[in-house]
Amino acid sequence: MTTSTDALPRKRVHLAAHFPGVNNTTVWADPRSGSQIDFASFVHLARTAERGRFDFFFLAEGLRLRELKGRIHDLDVVGRPESLTVLAALAAVTGRLGLAGTVNATFNEPYELARRLATLDHLSEGRAAWNVVTSSDAFTGENFRRGGYLDRADRYTRAAEFVRVSRELWDSWAPGDLVADQESGHFVRHGDVGAVRHDGPHFTVEGHFNVPRAPQGHPVIIQAGDSDEGREFAASTADVIFSRHGTLEEGRAFYTDVKRRLSRYGRERHELKIMPAATFALGDTDEEAAEHAAEIRRLQVSPQTAIAFLEQIWGRDMSAYDPDGPLPDVEPEQEGGVSQGRVQVADRAAVAAKWRAVAEEKNLTIRQLVIEMTGRQSFVGSPATVARRIDEFVQADAADGFILVPHLTPGGLDDFVDRVVPLLQERGVFRADYEGTTLRDHLGLAVPRSLPEAAPAATSGDAPRLVPEAVPTAVPAAVPAAVPEGES
Amino acid sequence: MTTPLHLAVALDGAGWHPAAWREEGARPRDLFSARHWAALVAEAERGLLDFVTIEDALGPQSTAPDGPDGRTDRVRGRFDAVLLAARVAPLTSRIGIVPTATTTHTEPFHVAIGIATLDHVSGGRAGWRAQVSGRRAEAAHFGRRDFPVLDPEHLDDRHVGDLFEEAADAVEVARRLWDSWEDDAEIRDVATGRFIDRDRLHYIDFSGRWFTVKGPSITPRSPQGQPVVTALAHARVPYEFAARSADVVYVTPHDREEARRIVEEVRAIPRDGAPLKIFADLVVILGADAAEAAERGARLDEVAGAELTSDAAIFTGSAGELADLLLDWQRAGIQGYRLRPAAVPYDLERITREVTAVLRGRGAFRAAYEAGTLRGLLGLPRPVSRYEEATTS
Ligand SMILES: Cc1cc2nc3c(=O)[nH]c(=O)nc-3n(C[C@H](O)[C@H](O)[C@H](O)COP(=O)(O)O)c2cc1C
Repeated sequence: MTTSTDALPRKRVHLAAHFPGVNNTTVWADPRSGSQIDFASFVHLARTAERGRFDFFFLAEGLRLRELKGRIHDLDVVGRPESLTVLAALAAVTGRLGLAGTVNATFNEPYELARRLATLDHLSEGRAAWNVVTSSDAFTGENFRRGGYLDRADRYTRAAEFVRVSRELWDSWAPGDLVADQESGHFVRHGDVGAVRHDGPHFTVEGHFNVPRAPQGHPVIIQAGDSDEGREFAASTADVIFSRHGTLEEGRAFYTDVKRRLSRYGRERHELKIMPAATFALGDTDEEAAEHAAEIRRLQVSPQTAIAFLEQIWGRDMSAYDPDGPLPDVEPEQEGGVSQGRVQVADRAAVAAKWRAVAEEKNLTIRQLVIEMTGRQSFVGSPATVARRIDEFVQADAADGFILVPHLTPGGLDDFVDRVVPLLQERGVFRADYEGTTLRDHLGLAVPRSLPEAAPAATSGDAPRLVPEAVPTAVPAAVPAAVPEGES
Repeated sequence: MTTPLHLAVALDGAGWHPAAWREEGARPRDLFSARHWAALVAEAERGLLDFVTIEDALGPQSTAPDGPDGRTDRVRGRFDAVLLAARVAPLTSRIGIVPTATTTHTEPFHVAIGIATLDHVSGGRAGWRAQVSGRRAEAAHFGRRDFPVLDPEHLDDRHVGDLFEEAADAVEVARRLWDSWEDDAEIRDVATGRFIDRDRLHYIDFSGRWFTVKGPSITPRSPQGQPVVTALAHARVPYEFAARSADVVYVTPHDREEARRIVEEVRAIPRDGAPLKIFADLVVILGADAAEAAERGARLDEVAGAELTSDAAIFTGSAGELADLLLDWQRAGIQGYRLRPAAVPYDLERITREVTAVLRGRGAFRAAYEAGTLRGLLGLPRPVSRYEEATTS
């Protein structure tokens, strides 16, 4: 695309497969749509991803079922397994694919989670990753001892300290501490292996860790969160960012912003990979793909789903309106809300005004408007077009790769792997086969030597970004929450 | 005609003898590989055992009752048992898999969905050994509660009572969560756009001394509905916990008379639902004959530098002699056994290949798996969700 990038060595594309989740991206009404909970579905998608030589397989998490108008939201997929447990099982039926699980830092404790992650890394021989999410609200807290609510700043200081303690625990067994020498009778190298002493504002952990050093040293850390605090946390701590900035312009801005922050922590640009969520629709030709994309969008936005979207933005009951009729002339509520378990729409009046303007300009019904304004596919086209676009995005520094979110379980990635991956390989930007065995190998990340220096306190300046700004652009799962699996 | 016995093996490290890792064929470096565990569980399945348990704790093994012992000559370190169970589940198809998970410092919500997920990935073969963690050293790994040092000679009754009360609450939460989705909650009704019928999902609204949990689960109801809950119990308070919360209890009699007394005591504790299954735990050191077994035991003790001790009875002898003992205690009301092999794979293979054969010859053990789920193997029916009536009435 741009001539300026042609001179540079071509970046390699990284790809991950997101198991279809609980947003309306996942089309459950299609006859080809399979179980969201049977292990066979997870096996199918993971094996497809591995056949496509993907970097990793990805599971989101939400620890309380979402609610709309005080009742459990029933229009989208509901229900999912415990992430790390499924990943451990998948380790048995895959051999190279990275296994990434989203696990909340607010409703867990470091000793337990660090050992679960170290265990997964052992059981997969170095393929574990942890997507550290910080969602924390009293609503979700009702399922946990911890309970409660943390504001954003506290969430990230807790998350940063959580990762820090985890790394202390993972480092508490040195590589040579497991001796297991039958001759000498030494099972461990000395009598104090696993010793840890951490005393911080959020955690006090004192004693001995009981899992030997993991194959990757530290499982790969992924971060998903977009605020200034979130970006700073990622720059200081993460190996991969799962972002929602999937358009070229937004992607580039985000990429520049986050990579710029790395130097402050003595880190190099390649040490943090940026992988936005991306959806796709394929066809033999670009026209056919566009038709397919439109059809998927119609399935993703049922009449009932269209009304539910509207209710979240307007913050009020809209069930009396006809989804195939015009946008009604009512104002959004300024206070309160109708949904729980998602990011709330911050400035309803502004978003509603914008939607109204589009509806009037294009003369759209409610359902057409929701289809227009939310969750359009990131990549639409023939396999050649999609391969070229993905390559362009990566070469243009809008991303280092993508976390692909198929709209169908479990076969939604089949076509991509069969038809797009070979073209990416032909372009020389995607591996023809795995070159290493661990996820760190796939991502080009070094095995950590020791703990990084303490991170400077996250800056706390700017007002939080308005979540709805992200809505109409590139969000695969685009509820106004604008988070693929946003449960916060 | 003999009632068939249930047989389980308890897997832990290289076996239950502290010198097991030094035996020929032990491959101790493999203790931290999936391969080791997969091979053991596959062997147990070839032997048609009901289930395996996997030990775990939120701190390293120690010979001291509380806190590290600084030793370097014994196996230290363990995998998270639920994940290990999930790792071996797809490699087997009939045997039950029962990991240990602690009730004390963990979130009941996470444990419940972890076990439910194990049930999904294993097609209905999951169980849970619910275990309390009373040690001060383990509490310090979490930094949230200050426990007294655990001293088996002077147990703090209130502390112990609290631990088991909390365990009972944790199991209650898990059981409610497992029922919180009715079986047919997923409807995929295109006409109304609904994926689920939310009237078939239920808040569990649990509120207790240690936690409150709102629910429903995030995980749909699993193949068994209720995975099998098990507990090890040596005394009155844990017997009560088991009677109230578990499907299977492991007790530790040292002879037939004690077995009879324990069975009587446990049976006298009031309980709802199907009768508790009472298994006895036994450490087993096997050999071709009694002399060879004794020799093995002596060799292991010598390498360890101390005679083996255990909370459970230690059996040393041939497979035939073990079968005699198992059938003898059965007459005292013991319905099954959780055998703790002194060293793997040796003692495990004697169990799966010889002990089972002797028992089968006496009509006391299965010749083929008769069910596809762990509940099925244990003769437990699949319960309907406790919340189901409320909706259909
Ligand atoms: C792409 C993306 C994916 C996310 N996935 C999850 C998830 O699966 N589960 C979850 O609890 N939170 C998820 N989150 C929420 C974040 O952890 C975080 O709580 C939220 O973005 C608010 O943080 P922020 O203010 O830094 O953006 C996700 C966020 C993003 C951007």
